[in-house]
Amino acid sequence: MAGVTASDAGTPIRRESRLSWLWQLLGDPLGAFGLFLVLVVVVSAAFADVLAPYDYKALDVKARLGAPSWDHLLGTDNLGRDTFSRILHGGQIALYVALVSIGASLMLGLILGMLAGYGPRWLDNFLMWIFDSVRSFPVIMFALAVITVVGPSLETIIFVVIATTTPGYARIARASTLATKNTEFILAERSLGAGVWRIMFSHLVPNIVQPLLILCSMDIPVVITIEAGLSFLGLGVKPPTPSWGSILNDGFGFIRNTPWLVVAGGIPLIVTTLGFTFLGEALRDVLDPKLKKDR
Amino acid sequence: MLLYTVKRLGLAILIVCLAMLMLLSAIHMVPGDPAGIALGPRATPEMREEFRALMGLDRPFFVQYFKFLANVMAGDLGVDVWSKRPVSTMIGEQLPHTIALALVGLGWAILLGIPMGCFSAVHRNSPLDKLTAILSVGCIAIPSFIVSLYALLLFAVELRWFPAIGAGEAGDLEDQFVHLVLPGLAVGLGWVGYLARFVRTSMLEVMGENHIRMARAYGLPTRRITYIYALKLAILPTVALLGVGVGSLISGAVFAEIIFARPGVGKMVVDAVNTRNYPIVMGGVLVTTMLFALSTLISDLVAAWLDPRIRQSL
Amino acid sequence: MNANGGDRVLEVRDLSVSFRTGRGVVRALRHVDMAVPRNKIVGIVGESGCGKSTLINSVLRLLAANAVVGDSSTVLFRGDDVLRMNDRQLRAMRGQKISMVFQDPMTALNPVISIGTQMADILYRLDMTAAGKRERAADMLAQVGIPDPMRRLDDYPHQFSGGMRQRICIAMALMMNPALLIADEPTTALDVTLEAQIIHLMKDLRARFECSMLFVSHNLGLIAELCDEVVVMYAGEVVEQGEVHDLFHRAKHPYTQMLLECDPARIEKASRALPTIQGSVPDLIDLPRGCIFGPRCPKRYEPCDASPPGTYGVNAIHSARCFQVRDA
Repeated sequence: MAGVTASDAGTPIRRESRLSWLWQLLGDPLGAFGLFLVLVVVVSAAFADVLAPYDYKALDVKARLGAPSWDHLLGTDNLGRDTFSRILHGGQIALYVALVSIGASLMLGLILGMLAGYGPRWLDNFLMWIFDSVRSFPVIMFALAVITVVGPSLETIIFVVIATTTPGYARIARASTLATKNTEFILAERSLGAGVWRIMFSHLVPNIVQPLLILCSMDIPVVITIEAGLSFLGLGVKPPTPSWGSILNDGFGFIRNTPWLVVAGGIPLIVTTLGFTFLGEALRDVLDPKLKKDR
Repeated sequence: MLLYTVKRLGLAILIVCLAMLMLLSAIHMVPGDPAGIALGPRATPEMREEFRALMGLDRPFFVQYFKFLANVMAGDLGVDVWSKRPVSTMIGEQLPHTIALALVGLGWAILLGIPMGCFSAVHRNSPLDKLTAILSVGCIAIPSFIVSLYALLLFAVELRWFPAIGAGEAGDLEDQFVHLVLPGLAVGLGWVGYLARFVRTSMLEVMGENHIRMARAYGLPTRRITYIYALKLAILPTVALLGVGVGSLISGAVFAEIIFARPGVGKMVVDAVNTRNYPIVMGGVLVTTMLFALSTLISDLVAAWLDPRIRQSL
Repeated sequence: MNANGGDRVLEVRDLSVSFRTGRGVVRALRHVDMAVPRNKIVGIVGESGCGKSTLINSVLRLLAANAVVGDSSTVLFRGDDVLRMNDRQLRAMRGQKISMVFQDPMTALNPVISIGTQMADILYRLDMTAAGKRERAADMLAQVGIPDPMRRLDDYPHQFSGGMRQRICIAMALMMNPALLIADEPTTALDVTLEAQIIHLMKDLRARFECSMLFVSHNLGLIAELCDEVVVMYAGEVVEQGEVHDLFHRAKHPYTQMLLECDPARIEKASRALPTIQGSVPDLIDLPRGCIFGPRCPKRYEPCDASPPGTYGVNAIHSARCFQVRDA
């Protein structure tokens, strides 16, 4: 019960408890577990070059489709490449796509949301309509359509993700802009001659950091799933760049003979999505008690 | 209520039109010659000319757009670039498989998710409730194609409980259904989690309401209070949510169709993407978007009809 | 205690209820003694948070999961201790022998089940045909003044106005011809005209159905009009109780006196400000050592701070928890 405060859009973040949420997060077993999984994934991706026992591109035709052994912890694929090394490097791609596209969505969403909230009414309606429309496509179908037009590549995936996740951030920014735009401090600063956008930005951002953070951690597993899914379909990153999706795709071709390839390719995806989701849930419970489900 | 329905329908049509506009303009915005990209470097100029005429790419953009719209209204989605078969016929053949898969997935989600949510709400804060909560989050988080792959590996390849690939003998309903069980589960598992959480939340909300306290004060049997008095009210927002579920089930169906080697719109579109077969991709996206809009509309209407407060004004 | 004992439908003895919360143990009810005699209407009056709701929830055993009931507490309903009943006995009692009319008729009825079904469901224990139950329900609706009851059985709550819904709730409460009817501020959510109608209806029904009633209200005027006896509660304790006229005309406890002064209907001389009671309700986690009303009491003297007062009789039908009554 202690530390529960109303987190209205207008309430500034309490200064004295800057880091207390982190301790609360660690106090939640699932949150701590999620954070642990996320750290494992991030560290193993960041140090993939050091940790990987083999070069992920190195072919070893004699050892192709090898079963897990001490030499190759998770076996080798149809070209004799070490699956464990490929998985470590695949993490780099997954996190790269997630960070770049979520970062871009965040910035774009903030700008569009503030435009919708502060701009003229017609612009607001138009943007909201666009956001609603984007949500009404099944994501994969949208991705497939875009890929048909511009061809499969890492950039295409990032574009698709930005297009589908931006509305979420824009909505938060818009709601907060609407709530703050006529408050007195904004009007007061305007009367002092400060630029509207600068004021909005500097007042808005601290107020919506928390919901944006929650949404980010919820979106990351979705993005990683989209990247892996498209790579699994052979429509994602181009070989030989290792993606968890393409590892699965390679394994899928030999599912009856060498099932460990599929099993191994799926594990990092499960660990990552579960980790980020648990972390996101716990973050939400800690940062936004209003949304807390009564567990 | 009639106005509401008309509004929803209008919105759905608008969205579909927007979808087509975006697709067509995307084709135009791509640098280079779409025909060249589609047909590859080995295409002769005649082939490109034929392709442009076939796709209507030689006419101004808005003419193309309205021509396309008019054709769609008439049920004409163009022809397959390679086989020259009408796209609408091809989709017509594949669509029932995809819809069946989505429905079985939804069936799994309802069959497992709603009881899970009820159970959690009734036994809230019990260890089993917490376990259910973790399971739900897990179901939501794990990508559906991983579920498909693991399910295929475990139940079809290792245990051999279910057939691994295909849609079953045409005409043999039982065989077809058996072929749907596993892909359906894989597609629907994510929604098991969503539904369980959603039902739990709305059950708990309803259980705290006054009329439930009143039903208890009258000593009504607990089962009747939970499964009639509370669930009948708590299920309404869930029903409205199911329509949204179909959209994500269609996305999952793309993977399930590939992994389980089933016929369906998803597989057809993925194959078409690889061969740059625009009309099929457009037709597929159009039909699935429409399906999504339609299912959202239907579920909204069903929820409204189930609620006497709204049904009144129908 | 009250003199006309013996034939009591409900008898609450030494009832203490606490709630375990994150901040500490909230001692919501402490050593409450009261009773409802047969065919009498007993009113409970007090500010919000004084424990009225906890008291009636204890009678029906509808307490929240974090509630703890005192070991020596008993709630005797026709001689059986409600606090020691099992689930089956409880369900047999609820709705059948004790029924309840809730505060807000707008939320008390299930919005997606027709009122006919909701009413018939109350009769689920009876060996009756569905048609018979419907007829009984329609008959009850007619008794509470709902026109064309047979046809309205298939209607849903939202098709009735607030006053009508409260009538339906009363009809439901009387379906099983209960021995005790608990009404929890049944008119608070209604406007004044409807309030008068509902009170009139309750008086009328009381004569016809011969049931005892526990009537909770913060409106002293209603209590005076409807009830035979009054229980005044403050911060989880019964501070004064007795026969309605005696208590209203010879209120002994300072809290009751102030409550009567604050009642807008009783203010005789025109005044700009409504009289209010100074201070606020004490923290029920950390209770004062002496009299619970001490911190706000204008007539406080030495004994009040030392120890809590006991219950002292004013006369045979009237008692108060105040040292001044003892010392008078």
